[in-house]
Amino acid sequence: MAEQQPVAVLVEDERQIRRFVRTALEAEGWTVHETDTLRQGLIDAATRKPDLIILDLGMPDGDGMEFLHDLRGWSSVPVIVLSARVGEQDKIGALDAGADDYLTKPFGVGELLARVRAASRRRRDMGAGMGSIFEFGDVRVDLSLRTVHKGDVPIHLTPIEYRLLSLLIANSGKVLIHRQILREVWGPSHTDDGHYVRVYMGHLRQKLERDPAQPKHILTETAVGYRLVQTARD
Amino acid sequence: MPISSDQRPNPDLLLGKLQRQEARAKRGKLRIYFGSSAGVGKTYAMLVAARALRAEGRDVVIGIVETHGRYETAALVGRLEILPHKQMSYRGKDFGEFDLDAALLRHPSLILVDELAHSNVQGARHPKRWQDVDELLAAGVDVFTTLNVQHLESLNDVVGGITNVRVWETVPDTAFDDADEVVLVDIPAEELLERLKAGKVYLPQHAERAADNFFRKGNLMALRELALRRTADRIEGDVQAYRADKAIGSVWKTANALLTCVGPDAGAERVVRAAARLASQLNAEWHAVYVETPRLQRLPAARREKILGTLNLAGELGATTAVIADADVATSVIAYARNHNLSKLVIGRDPARRLWPWQRSSGQKMAWLAPDIDLIEIGRTDGVMQNREARNSDRPSSATVAESGDRYKAKRLRYLWAALACAAVTLLSMPLALHFDRSNIVAIFILAVVLVAIRFGRGPAALAAVLSVGSFDFFFVPPQFSFAVSDVQYLLTFCIMLAVGLITGQLTAGLRFQARVAGHREERAGSLYTFARDLSAAVQFDQVVSISDESVERTFRAAAALLLPNAAGELTVASPRGAAALTVDLGIAQWAFDKEQAAGFGTDSLPGSEVLYVPLRAPSRARGVLAVKARNRRLLRIPEQRQLLDTFAALIAIALERVHYVEVAQDAVVRMESERLRNSLLAALSHDLRTPLTVLVGLAESLTLTKPELSPVQLESAQAIQDEARRMSTLVSNLLDMARIESGEVNLNLQWQPLEEVVGSSLGATREMMKGHRVKVQVPGDLPLARIDALLIERVLVNLLENAAKYTPAGSSITLAAEVIDDHMSVSVSDNGPGLPAGREEAVFQKFTRGERESATPGVGLGLSICRAIVESHHGSIVATQRPGGGARFTFTLPLGDPPAPAEEPEIDSG
Repeated sequence: MAEQQPVAVLVEDERQIRRFVRTALEAEGWTVHETDTLRQGLIDAATRKPDLIILDLGMPDGDGMEFLHDLRGWSSVPVIVLSARVGEQDKIGALDAGADDYLTKPFGVGELLARVRAASRRRRDMGAGMGSIFEFGDVRVDLSLRTVHKGDVPIHLTPIEYRLLSLLIANSGKVLIHRQILREVWGPSHTDDGHYVRVYMGHLRQKLERDPAQPKHILTETAVGYRLVQTARD
Repeated sequence: MPISSDQRPNPDLLLGKLQRQEARAKRGKLRIYFGSSAGVGKTYAMLVAARALRAEGRDVVIGIVETHGRYETAALVGRLEILPHKQMSYRGKDFGEFDLDAALLRHPSLILVDELAHSNVQGARHPKRWQDVDELLAAGVDVFTTLNVQHLESLNDVVGGITNVRVWETVPDTAFDDADEVVLVDIPAEELLERLKAGKVYLPQHAERAADNFFRKGNLMALRELALRRTADRIEGDVQAYRADKAIGSVWKTANALLTCVGPDAGAERVVRAAARLASQLNAEWHAVYVETPRLQRLPAARREKILGTLNLAGELGATTAVIADADVATSVIAYARNHNLSKLVIGRDPARRLWPWQRSSGQKMAWLAPDIDLIEIGRTDGVMQNREARNSDRPSSATVAESGDRYKAKRLRYLWAALACAAVTLLSMPLALHFDRSNIVAIFILAVVLVAIRFGRGPAALAAVLSVGSFDFFFVPPQFSFAVSDVQYLLTFCIMLAVGLITGQLTAGLRFQARVAGHREERAGSLYTFARDLSAAVQFDQVVSISDESVERTFRAAAALLLPNAAGELTVASPRGAAALTVDLGIAQWAFDKEQAAGFGTDSLPGSEVLYVPLRAPSRARGVLAVKARNRRLLRIPEQRQLLDTFAALIAIALERVHYVEVAQDAVVRMESERLRNSLLAALSHDLRTPLTVLVGLAESLTLTKPELSPVQLESAQAIQDEARRMSTLVSNLLDMARIESGEVNLNLQWQPLEEVVGSSLGATREMMKGHRVKVQVPGDLPLARIDALLIERVLVNLLENAAKYTPAGSSITLAAEVIDDHMSVSVSDNGPGLPAGREEAVFQKFTRGERESATPGVGLGLSICRAIVESHHGSIVATQRPGGGARFTFTLPLGDPPAPAEEPEIDSG
């Protein structure tokens, strides 16, 4: 992969989960620091200069949410949250508190690695500055000219649709919760009008997806939010 | 009088006024067509007005109108809707009566009810029609009605005096005064007589005899004058009320308030009526009191009943009533007037009977006691005669003797004791007379008389005095053994002995009476105290019920039962003892409960009942009904006893309310606690089950990725472990979801969603499973938004899709379709597989049921029952059917609500 091995901090209390996550990450060329407490996790995050943190929300020594709040005070390192909880509110809470992505237990190694790759790519892109052209599927968005093409056909987007799309592109691969989208696109006074987001996402899909009922790129994370996936999974 | 304190605005009065206005706003409006006699055309005028309103589009219904076969009137009824009469039979005769329940059910905007003074046939809810009208008004229905002047309660005796025809059907003045509008229907006496001659005036058969007397010109003119004057009084009242409304000062005006005393003689009723008239003219509140002196207490039961009847009449005429037990009428009346700030006293003139020149009438005494209070004496026309009659009826009839036989015996015994005491004193004094002076002997006799008076009361004391005088004279005064008296000075001795006996007897009798009254008062206070204390300790409904039953039975010497409403608001007898002791009419009880008004014995509503139903009014609402059947009926008529009963009812109501809220609070605590427990249990289960499954899935997958690569057999095993662990995980999710839904505590996160999005995410979630199948989606793009919990509906779709994939061979096609049918959205998942086993379309939704028993297809069969639970929590339904052309189809519906306006671009950006 890279000349310098990327570093991951894994905060998880279950030894066996740590084991297979570590195996999977090391096979991808990561250096992994494991810890089974949130306290140690914060110390590691500060001292190991990690490129990624994988955090289990259900830690015995405290609330993962507080960990996120603390961490976001001084670091923007990508965080993937592992959650065994039932409620979607926990996921929304974690994403709102600054987590980049989440995985619900049980999860497979494949899923984990896909998320890890997306997170590290986003980090790399942010460091390099985004190009003016963004492509997914057969859609090509020119961010400097503000034009959208599907194949060769120019697509007309309304101002809101375009803002929505550029928000998704800016956070490509990351889960955006409804509240974030409303705040960014419609402004802070509309954070309760969740159906706006759904309706406009529908419009975007109609215009950009090949089969809007089975979207490949603009994906719904049910009851949580949306995610733009640049490369379709299959 | 201390007036200054009255000038201050009283907040309670202001509040009361506001509440009255509020109540009034909700009430229907009453208009009375008022006439001087039958035949003036009241019904006609009422119908004309009703037709005009009907033409304006108001919902007018005729409740009951007597046209008496008169053509003009019948023609006026025309096309107005008529409520069918209620057929009631009484003493073998059928009567067509006004149907109150039907009227309430029909609930028109305006109803016509003729003849306000009509008395209903026994068995109707209210004895009088004006009470029916009152209920209609309370229900918010406007009423038009008719009334003749002679039917007004306070004018009843005046009219009777003028015409010599006494009418028994009366309407209380309050009903007339409270009417919103009074329309006077008036024609000159001559015209009325002409109409009568022409046969245009209907008279009931029994009145025909009296008609000749009644319809004399003089009578008619007098009646007309009365009707006009009464209407004028009312209008003046309206004007005053209007002025008073504008000037806030009159709200706390009590300076004019009247007090009248109810006496034992027959003239009392007259006095009460006069006071009522006066009060209405002065537009003042008034009180009526009855002072029960020892003399009055000794009256036979029938007469005391009559006095209470007069007091009740005063109450009906709008007075505040009270019974005071005191030996002295004048002082107690004045004290009452001072306590209640009443400035005018209305009393009946004392009969001209006077024993001694220095004896003063109670009127004079009152005038002397309170020179600042206005005294109005009402003259009596036939008072003296009636008084004599009343006096005759004072004598205990044989019935009363039988009734109070025991008391009578005890009384005789006391006289016997008095006689024996005299004999004993005589025997004892015989030897003493030899050594002592006769004046000492007299002292012994006087002592005996005093002792008898203290011990046995006034009558025996008088007897003892007479006997003592006799035996002293006979045995000790020379000449002995003869009633002849030689020395004149002994006559004085006799007189003194007699006087001492009588005075002491009188005094002790007064003292005893006071003691008894105080005893009663203390008993009342004591029973109230005990009752309140017992109730305050009760923490369960059963305890409240049994304490109430016992206390009411003990205090009122009555059978009592408590009726409490069930969840549907229907009353049931709560006390097992009460159910046995008295028969409760649930209909009356329910009425009392719904109206929050007392009903049954001694009230306006169904007074024919033997049982009194008192609603238990608590601060928030009525909590039940207390049914009481007193063994001594008179007891419940006494105002003090009724007040005590009402206080008991209020105490019970508050206790019931308290117990109710205790239960509510306990329920809430238990529910919260169990919810907390369940949630933490589910969270723990979820964590503890999913963690090892995560490890299994993860490690098995790691195996497949290890290098060097595994052999194909090992790879297959690793894959199998992974698959099974995932299936196990789905099962756990299903079980946990089921547990949550079953507990009834699913909080739906309802949002307006495009169904397409949910379909998309469910197809995404089942992609792996669907690999071997062809999936068709038929969701139109213009489907309206649905108000759903996206996560749960996604779970439904995922389960249905998985189900279809599981039970159909590879290569089958699965169709997901949605459409709007009427007022709901219909979503279906169909396949062209083998279909459902016939007759098991419903059974598949049961828990742990599968299409085939013991099949190799995995799954526990929770999926479909979860689907049903979720869809039903969305107020939809789900069914399984055979697809035409083979295969199974699962269809669920979701109600279409009122989706928010489609999100138009709320702001236009220059982009």
